[in-house]
Amino acid sequence: MASTAATTSNDLVSRSGLRYRKIRDRIVETFLLAAGLVAVFTTLAIVVILLTESAAFFEHVSLKDFLTDTMWTPLFADAHYGILPLVAGTLTTTIVALIVAVPVGTIIAIYLSEFASHRLRETVKPILELLGAVPTVVYGYFALTAVTPLLQMLMPELPGFNMLSAGLVIGLMIVPYVASVSEDAMRAVPRYMREGSYAMGATRLQTALRVVVPGAFSGLAAAFILGISRAVGETMVVAIAAGMQPNFTFDPREQAATITAYIVQVSLGDLPHGSIGYQSIFAAGLVLMLITLIFNVIGFSLTRKFREAY
Amino acid sequence: MATANVPDYLHPDSIRTGLSRRKMLDQVFVIVGLVLMFACLGVLAVLFMNLVLDGSERFGWDFFTNFPSRRAERAGILGAWVGTSLIMLVTAFCAVPVGVAAAIYLEEYAPKNWFTAIIEINVTNLAGVPSIVYGLLALGLFVYQFGLGQSIAAAGLTLALLILPIVIVATRESIRAVPKSIREAAYGLGATRWEVTKDHVLPYSTGGILTGMILGLSRAIGETAPIITIGALSFIAFLPSSPITSEFPFISFQWLNDPFTAMPIQMFNWVSRPDQAFQANAAAAGAILLGMTLLMNAVAIWIRYRFRKKINW
Repeated sequence: MASTAATTSNDLVSRSGLRYRKIRDRIVETFLLAAGLVAVFTTLAIVVILLTESAAFFEHVSLKDFLTDTMWTPLFADAHYGILPLVAGTLTTTIVALIVAVPVGTIIAIYLSEFASHRLRETVKPILELLGAVPTVVYGYFALTAVTPLLQMLMPELPGFNMLSAGLVIGLMIVPYVASVSEDAMRAVPRYMREGSYAMGATRLQTALRVVVPGAFSGLAAAFILGISRAVGETMVVAIAAGMQPNFTFDPREQAATITAYIVQVSLGDLPHGSIGYQSIFAAGLVLMLITLIFNVIGFSLTRKFREAY
Repeated sequence: MATANVPDYLHPDSIRTGLSRRKMLDQVFVIVGLVLMFACLGVLAVLFMNLVLDGSERFGWDFFTNFPSRRAERAGILGAWVGTSLIMLVTAFCAVPVGVAAAIYLEEYAPKNWFTAIIEINVTNLAGVPSIVYGLLALGLFVYQFGLGQSIAAAGLTLALLILPIVIVATRESIRAVPKSIREAAYGLGATRWEVTKDHVLPYSTGGILTGMILGLSRAIGETAPIITIGALSFIAFLPSSPITSEFPFISFQWLNDPFTAMPIQMFNWVSRPDQAFQANAAAAGAILLGMTLLMNAVAIWIRYRFRKKINW
């Protein structure tokens, strides 16, 4: 018959062909879902690994020592396990970095969003993003061999390793992130709000500062949090330029190790699996994750509190 | 007179001076913005020039074909660039298929429910995890639990996890940019979901996927911290075993288990030496590394631009 000839000649429309295609669809979907789950498993694996190795660490070290001792010398004969010096180093470099990145990033974002021509913006943004793509080890070299000597001309007593130069370079490194995210947030502020402001006789700067920036505040907060996370987790710049000696100080002119620099220092040596030194880097990593988490929670609540709905 | 009741600040003169002051502030801001912006762009140039000048005496064929050495002028990056190339191979091979598949799932298949939301939140959060934490994950999971040791496979997998969010986000964006009408036309002809995706959505989003892949790899190529954490050696005077052998079956995967070094590790090793002569080696390695990163980014921007121009919906 003509109809059966047609169906068998084209198995795309035949019933068995349709069933085959539907089964294939289910199989493909399962594979795709499995790929999506990789992200979930990665998160779980991070949490599990950090917690189990840290738990082993805290069998040897009391939580009280960990949080109150002001010395961090896990690899010495006279071992002290106080995380405070590393946290101090991390916070100091982060603060120096933010002092650079927040104003510079915000001003560039305001300029690009409110003042620059379309063409300038489209040209500058990709180049600015290149600045964020530079390998961090290169930034470390730059901090050690260019920024530190420059600072030493201004401050002759500055040591060769110091948190100031590392922090400044980290700040420079996160300017593109802050600028790019803030600019997106400011461009999302509707045009009519700017026009209302212009109609009242405000200049572009007044409009930018009093209408656009408050309107985009939640986006700006998100940008700053992104910058903080980057600065806290930054490793190579501090490992190269800030030294690797734990030092309980908030003075950026001194050298000090950060949490990340300590992990690098331990990894460079050959530590046996399961030793207290090996476990200590996981405890340090856990603290790093907690600090990042705290900032993110603050950022999240800020974003919710100040979100403007248009 | 009528003007007598008008407060001072509404006097035409004070309005005029106020206006000119505000306009001047506007101009000042434009200048500050431009200066800061070009200062940042200038830093990029200074950075590159600094590396090229410091490393100039090391550039040469020998630098690429020599192993590291105790003598700075004879030390080269052979082990490093071979290691980096092999790691990138593993990374691309793992991250791209998984990342693209995950993105397809999230955009085309996933129902809108809490389960999908969990996957999405995870992808977003992973993008913000400090890279050294990936190194700790890899040290605990790949090196010891899976028994991969301090090998090229472990390094490649680590960097693959690290760039997975970048690949997923880029792929999702380009899939989302394909108009709904194209999907509906295909569904209307009786195509299944996978047929629509494979034959219509993916071809249109190739540009975006390629861009995401290259950007991800350019991130991975410069990552130092996670690879140090899993224990890359910085002094390696031999190459991983060759992937091509003279005996049947001609292809060997032995190199996956070999110890390795990589470009950023080699550079870090040279930077942290007190001997000044090695700083030139570090600079030369850095210039090559930065050059590769910038080149990959330029290619990505070019691809994005070309595909955008070619497609007119």
